[in-house]
Amino acid sequence: MRPYQLLRPRSVEMAVEMMAAHLEAQYIAGGTNQIDMMKAGIHRPSHLVDIAGLGLDRISDQGDVIRLGALASNTVLATDPLVLEHVPMVSQTVLEGATQQIRNAATTAGNILQRNRCPYFYVPGTRCNRKNPGSGCDAIGGFDRLNAIFGTSESCIAVMPSDLAIALRAYDARVRVIGPDGMRTIPFADFHRPPGDTPEVETDLRKSELILSVDVPKAGRLASAYHKIRERRSYAFALLSVGGAARLTDGRIAELRLAAGGVGTVPWRLPQVESALIDEAPSQEAFQRAAALSRDGAVIGRQNAFKLPMLERAIVRVLTDITET
Amino acid sequence: MTDDTTFDPSRRGFLKSSAALGGSAAAMGLGEAAAQEAVPGDPTPEAVEITLRVNGAERHVRADIRASLLDVLRDRLKLTGTKKGCDAGHCGACTISVNGERRLACLTLAIRHQDDEIGTIEGLGNPDEMHSMQAAFVRHDAFQCGYCTPGQIMSAVACIETGNADTREEIKEFMSGNICRCAAFPNIVAAIEDVRDADLVRERDT
Repeated sequence: MRPYQLLRPRSVEMAVEMMAAHLEAQYIAGGTNQIDMMKAGIHRPSHLVDIAGLGLDRISDQGDVIRLGALASNTVLATDPLVLEHVPMVSQTVLEGATQQIRNAATTAGNILQRNRCPYFYVPGTRCNRKNPGSGCDAIGGFDRLNAIFGTSESCIAVMPSDLAIALRAYDARVRVIGPDGMRTIPFADFHRPPGDTPEVETDLRKSELILSVDVPKAGRLASAYHKIRERRSYAFALLSVGGAARLTDGRIAELRLAAGGVGTVPWRLPQVESALIDEAPSQEAFQRAAALSRDGAVIGRQNAFKLPMLERAIVRVLTDITET
Repeated sequence: MTDDTTFDPSRRGFLKSSAALGGSAAAMGLGEAAAQEAVPGDPTPEAVEITLRVNGAERHVRADIRASLLDVLRDRLKLTGTKKGCDAGHCGACTISVNGERRLACLTLAIRHQDDEIGTIEGLGNPDEMHSMQAAFVRHDAFQCGYCTPGQIMSAVACIETGNADTREEIKEFMSGNICRCAAFPNIVAAIEDVRDADLVRERDT
C-alpha cells in the first residue's frame, strides 16, 4: 500500500478544497471498499480526506423526497422509520447487500460508489481497462459467469454490484453533490456511466466533487419487493436481482418501477417491461409477456446466457409479489 | 500544536510547506507535518503515534499510518484474540466492537479510531470469568479449531444486543458474516439461542 497523508477537514467546503489541492487524493468515509482497493493496490491515494466527521449522516423528510445523508450507515438506511415508510426498497436492498459488520461501517455514498467485483479487476497481472486503461479486457471471452449482459462495450463487461443502487434507480433518486464550482444535482439514471470507450470513468462525478445526499422521491403508496439470486443464501453478490414497486388503481397497474442488478454495467432499468404493463390487469400471462421484453439489447458471453431466462423469471416473481392484493 | 496525527519530525520526507493547505492546518487540527506536501519521489512519512481506547484502557502506540486496526491490535497491543482470517472483509474472524457496533478490524485504519471505544474478545471475559456467550460456546461445543471463535462470539453478543436473534433464521442471517470452516454453525446458533433465552428469563425475573 502506498503511504498517504491523512487530512481531516472541519467542513464540507474544506474537504472539497483539500481534494482539489491534491491530484491523487481520495475521500474516505466508511472505508470498507476503499481499504480493500488500497490493499489490492488498485487505489493508490497520496492523501486521504477523512469526511467521516462532517455530519452528513442524517436521514430527513424534505416534503417530496426522503433525503438520505451521504454518510448515513447502511444499518441506519435499513432500519430508519422514514425509509421504511416512504422508500422501503432502500431497506430491502441494503439488508440483502452485506453483513451486519459491513453495514455498520458502510455509507450511502460509499455503497453507490463501490467498485465492480469482476475477478479480472481484482487479480494482479490481468488485462483490465478499468484498472489500466487501454490494456484490454480478459473477462471478455474468459470467466464471465458473473459479468454483465446489458450496457457492455468492447472495453468492459463488469457489473455495477450495488444492491442499493437498484432501489435508487427504480425510485428515480437524485444525487446532490458539492464541488469546487458549487452544488448540483445528478439524476440517478445519469450517475453511473456505461463503460463505452472509457470504462475507467465510472460515474458522472467530477474531480473533487463530494456527495452530500441521495434524495429519493416518496413512494410509500407503492408496494415494493427486491428479489436477489446468489450462489449462497446470504452475503454474496447478486448473480441477478430485480427490484420493483407498483401501485394498482381499480385492479389495473397504474404505476410500475422495475430495475435489475447483476445484469448491467450500470443499474439496469426496465422501461419496456414497465410500459407493457401500464393499465394492464395483473396476470401471470401478462407478466410473462412483458418480462420477455427484458431481453432487448442483451449481449451474451461464454457463461452468462443463463441470466436471460433467470431475469425473466425474477421479473415475474417480483411483479407477482408487488401486485398481490 | 499537539495532535494525534502528528508525525515524527525526525523522519525524512516532509517536506516543503503546502501553499494550498498551510493556512488551514491549525483549523484542521492537523500536525504541522500532516499538512505538508511530500516532495515528489520521496516516501511519505508513515510512522505515527496513535492513541486508542481498547477495552476501557487508553493505549499509546507507534504504528505505520497504513496499519489496519486489526494489525495494531494484534502486533502492537498484543491483543491476539482478534484473528486475521482473510484480511479482506469476507470471513469475520476480526470482528470487534467500535462504539458498541460490531465492525471488521481488517477493513479500517487504526489512525481513524482515536475517538472511539474499541472492544475486543479480551474485554469480554477470561477463562475464570467467562461472558455468558463464551460459556455458552463451551457448553454447546460451538467450535472445533477455534480460529473463528473470537469473531463469532463478538458477533453473537452484538446479534443479541441489536435484537436480531429472535428466530433461528434471523440469527443465521445476522451471523452470516462470520465463516466457520469447521462448520460448527448449528452449535453456534444453539449457543446464541441459549444466551438469548437466558437473557429473557433474567429480564422477566427482575
